[in-house]
Order: sequence, then C-alpha cells, then structure tokens
Amino acid sequence: MIVCITAKGEGAEATVEPRFGRAPYFVFADTEAGTFVSVKNELVDAAGGVGPRSAQVLVDHSATVLITGQLGGNAATALKAAGIKVYSFGDAATATQALEKYTQGGLSEIL
Amino acid sequence: MKIVVASGKGGTGKTTVSANLAYALARRGGVTLVDCDVEEPNLHLFFPGESEKKGVPVPVPAIDSERCTLCGECGHFCRYGALTVLKDRVLFFSELCHSCGGCTLVCPVDAITEVGREIGVVTTSHPLPGLTLISGVMYEGEVLAPKVIADAKEEGGDEGRVIYDASPGVACPVIETLEGADFCILVTESTPFGLHDLDLAVRAAAALGVAAGVVINRSDGEDDAAVTFCQEHDLPVLMTIPFDREVAAVQNRGGLIARDLPRWEERFAELWDEVARHCEVKV
Amino acid sequence: MIRLAVISGKGGTGKTMVAAALADLFATGQVLADCDVEAANLGLLLDGEVTSSEPFMGLEKAEIDQDVCLFCGRCVDACRFDAIHEEEKEYVVDPLKCEGCGVCVWVCPSGAATMHPYQAGDVLASRTDQGHLSHAKLYPGSGNSGLLVHEVRKQAEKMAGESRLLLADGPPGIGCPLISTVSGMDAVVVVTEPGLSALHDLKRVVNVSRRFGVEIFVVINRFDLEPGVCQEIERFCEDEGLRLLGKVPFDSAVVATVRRGVPITSTDSPASKALRQIKERLTAELDLNG
Repeated sequence: MIVCITAKGEGAEATVEPRFGRAPYFVFADTEAGTFVSVKNELVDAAGGVGPRSAQVLVDHSATVLITGQLGGNAATALKAAGIKVYSFGDAATATQALEKYTQGGLSEIL
Repeated sequence: MKIVVASGKGGTGKTTVSANLAYALARRGGVTLVDCDVEEPNLHLFFPGESEKKGVPVPVPAIDSERCTLCGECGHFCRYGALTVLKDRVLFFSELCHSCGGCTLVCPVDAITEVGREIGVVTTSHPLPGLTLISGVMYEGEVLAPKVIADAKEEGGDEGRVIYDASPGVACPVIETLEGADFCILVTESTPFGLHDLDLAVRAAAALGVAAGVVINRSDGEDDAAVTFCQEHDLPVLMTIPFDREVAAVQNRGGLIARDLPRWEERFAELWDEVARHCEVKV
Repeated sequence: MIRLAVISGKGGTGKTMVAAALADLFATGQVLADCDVEAANLGLLLDGEVTSSEPFMGLEKAEIDQDVCLFCGRCVDACRFDAIHEEEKEYVVDPLKCEGCGVCVWVCPSGAATMHPYQAGDVLASRTDQGHLSHAKLYPGSGNSGLLVHEVRKQAEKMAGESRLLLADGPPGIGCPLISTVSGMDAVVVVTEPGLSALHDLKRVVNVSRRFGVEIFVVINRFDLEPGVCQEIERFCEDEGLRLLGKVPFDSAVVATVRRGVPITSTDSPASKALRQIKERLTAELDLNG
C-alpha cells in the first residue's frame, strides 16, 4: 500500500505540512517495501486549481491513503472520487511518526 | 461612437450617469445602452420592460469514456486544475475551467469534445422609444465575467451611439469592457477614496490606449483636489453633479434626474457632445 | 479566532467606512485584512506604515521568443483569448489578455512560446494603531484578483498571532474576489443603503454568502435618506432571517472624516454613535468578549 504524507522537506524524517495542495513535498511511503519516495510539489506557487492537481499527483503515484492537515473543497471531491482515504496527522511531527500512528490506527479520518 | 462609463471605486454614481445619459440620447436620435457590470447589473432597474434572453455558453470538455484511455495528458496539461484523471474515470471541475480548449488539443485519442455550459444570459429590451437596453447577467458563483461582457457587447453592435456601463474596479472585466471603445467617462467623487481609485481607473484606460474624461459626482463644492488631479493628468472635467437631497432622493427611488428634474436632460445631452468633441480631437 | 468580513454587494454603500469604524472600536487584539484589492482604501482611514512588500505573481503568461519563432501562426489560431497579435512581422503576446492556459506552448512547433511568471501586484503589510493590516495593490488591468485576495488572507492568518478577531474589508460584487473573501469566514456584515440598486445587490450577495454557511448580519447606512426603501430592506432581512445590527443615519461628518483620513468613530457625530451600538451588538452576537 502507498501512503502519501504532506511534508515540508524530503525523506522519512521530514516535518509534516498541514496544507495539502500547497505542501512543498509529497512523501510516498510504500508500506510493504518499507521505502520512502519524496516528490517535490511543482504547484506550491501555482495560481489556482492546486487541490485537484495535487490529487492528480497522488493518483499518478497510486497512493490510496493521504495523511495531511487540511483540505479544500475541490481537493476533497477529487480525492473522494479517487477512493483515497484522508487522515489528519494529529500531533505527529515527522512523516515516519505519522505513518506509525496511521498503522496503529491512531489517526482520525478527515474524509 | 462607443463610450465606456467606468469608475475605480464602486458606488460613485457610474450607473446613474449611464442611465441619465442614455435617457437624454434616446430622446435625441437613439442609443444602445449595454450593462457590462455583469456581477451586479442594475440598469434594468431604471428601465423596466419586457426582454428577450439569450444564453451565454462557454465551451467545456465532454469526455467519451469509451475512447478515453485514462492516459492523463489532459489532467497534466490543464493549468487550472479542472481535470483530474483517476484510475477509472476523469473528473471535471466546471467552475475551474477557463475554456481554453487545451484538453481537446492534447488528447491523443480524440476522446474530448466540447459542449456548451451556460454561465449567464444577455437580455435585450426596448424600454423607451430610441433606447435599446442590453444587459449581461452572470449567474451567481460563476467567475468568467469577461465572456458575459464580450457577448453583451457583441449584442450591442457597432452602429450608432453605444454606451457601455463598466463594473467597478480595474481588473479583467473592466479591461474587457474598455477593449475597442472610443472614449471612457470616469465617474468619481472628490473624496480621497474617490481620487485614489480614480487614479487606478485612469491607468487602466491608459493601458488600453482609451482617452478619458471625468465626471465629478456628489460634489459638495470642495472639488479642488479632484480638479487639480484632473489638470495634472491632462483629463478634462466633463461635468459636475452636485450633492443635494433632491438629486439623491430621485436616484434612491430609482428615478432619473434627466427625466424627473428640470434642466438635467439638456446637461446630459451636452455631456455627450463634449465627449464627441474630445473623440474628434483624438482622431 | 473569529473571522469577520464586511461586504456590500453594491459598491459605495459605506462598507469601508463601517470596516474602519469597527477596527477603530475593537482597537486591540485584532488583525485587519483589506480584501478589496482593486480599490484598497482601508489603509486610507487608518494611520499606518508599510512594513513589508512582496511581489504578487499571478498566473504565468506566455512569451514568444522572436529568434526562434517560425511565424507559422498556429498560436494565433489556437489562442481562445485573442491574446496573440501580429505587430510588424512579429507575433506578440498581450499580457492583459493572456490567461496563461499554455495552449500556444503546446501548438508551437519550434519552442518559441514559453510560459513565464508575471508580476500582477504587491502584497503589503502595514502597522496601524488598530493592529497589523494585510493588504495589497493589484496593478491596473491585471486579472486574478481572487488569488490576490487569497494571498492577503494568508498573510493575515500569519500575522494574526494571538488575535481574537480577523476583520476584513471585502470587495464589491459577487465574483471571485468576493468568494475568496467569504470562504473560511465565520460571519459577514453586509452594508447596504436604502436604494433599489443596493437592495437588488444585497439579495445577490446574501445568496452567495449563504453557500459558505457564514452568519449574515446587515447594517443599513444612510437609512434616513429614503424611508420607504429602508422599510423594504428591513422586511427583506426579517423574511430571510438576517440579523439587522443597526441603522446608520446620513451624517455629513462621514465625508468630512474621510477627507481627513480618520475613522468616523474619532468624532462624536450621530453616525459614530450608531456604529458604537452596532459594535456592541456584534460583540455580543459573536461572543467576542471572552
């Protein structure tokens, strides 16, 4: 399973980022392989439509779970239609911590 | 001759000037009045009457799911985020679409065609002899005001005397309204707000190379700052409308001072003549 | 933090005058945002000093490199916005018309058309006696004012600190700048006046605001100028369940204070008294004393 975590930087130890569409990085964690792949978000400064366009990035990377802070309406629509579950990272500080909490069932569902 | 009535600031009496000017011209050979303030069209309130409606469609993509291979090209191309390509279908966000047609171009299997989506209407009426009123009305929640304005202007045509009532501000709707006009009447009030925003409007008209002049509205006699501003910017002061309760009362009731108070009809006719003189000088 | 926007539908109803008066009366613990980016006037009534200015980049716009252009005209045909014109045997992009869609880049066979960031205004921060003010200046003729409003809101959130109130002066109309202003707010105060146009626009802006689930309050400015229409507005508020916060009388002190560049509440005039009552009601309704 591929879990996407919005982050301020690259890698497993990157600090989590509350914004979805304008997160600087998407960290994709492959829970079976135990690998982390970081993708720079090209849309950080884009003018508009960043929610659905970021959802597209998740679909392209076959993510089925997103861990982030907050979501806009269009992003929510797109993620829901794509069948991607969305969780709030709560008090987790890094991508690894967020992933651990998720696997333990300790995160609340936003969508 | 096509002239725009605009103002940087809202509520300066722009629409009042348009309506009174149109009334005076309707009684002097005829005029077409086009309401380009498509977010808040108000001219029909001054001139009620039966109108014909015409929809304003914009082209938006329709995806043939039989042909679509979910390759993702359209979603990656769209800079507005209007298309998201999922694993099993394509999602379309109509309110994000700017109708650029890019998705139909990039689709490698011709799965995208365009269909019309109505974002507003253009209404046409003949409320008075000599007056054709055309109003652009954008539906609530829509954002492509320039398209509704373009359709309203087209309905107004090029012949004879045409007045475009612009929306307040200086953004894209005003630019669309100014496009191709011969002259711009800027309505201001002589307060710091009025002048601050007049300055912006003057720049917008200049950016499009449209000559401009100023009408000072709600004047309380203390117009020195406005007059100095106009001199500095080489703008003629075309008319000054005083603030008095009689004028305000007529306007708040939705009345026209050119019709309901003596002498104003002539003064608005003179305003037009003055504008015509300035247009000739420019040509 | 409570997020409150002062809006109007129709321009010129006294929205900024009301916003400045509320800012002056709340006085502390607030952050201010001027979301009327096409005609940013709140700063003219609050004595402030600009502390920072950042360029506002709107949508990217196309440019055509004349050294590479083959003059084939495909971009001209493909552009839906009529933004590319021939000028002395060169194709030139009009940045006022370009919507940044990228179609010209896609159809260009030689790579001459490319997209570039385009500055459409400035995002400004000021310090005023009433608190930090986030505002902006949109260059005339630039589009995307909705996005600039978003930037102003974002900066205001950053500046908010421990503030208990975000007070925004909104744009006229019901288009994208208004939508960017109202989305995410807790409440709006709609300033209207007794005129048929203002009532018409009040109805439209109320419809749009409802979609965002905000609390809607109404203030009738210059209510005594046309008592008949004023009653009609009051009836409308009652029928629609909108809370009327108060009515401000016509008062020549308003124009006089605008000319002096100070809020009306710096005087003891009738309009000032009415606005003080309105502020008290708003404080109670929004539970701002906590």
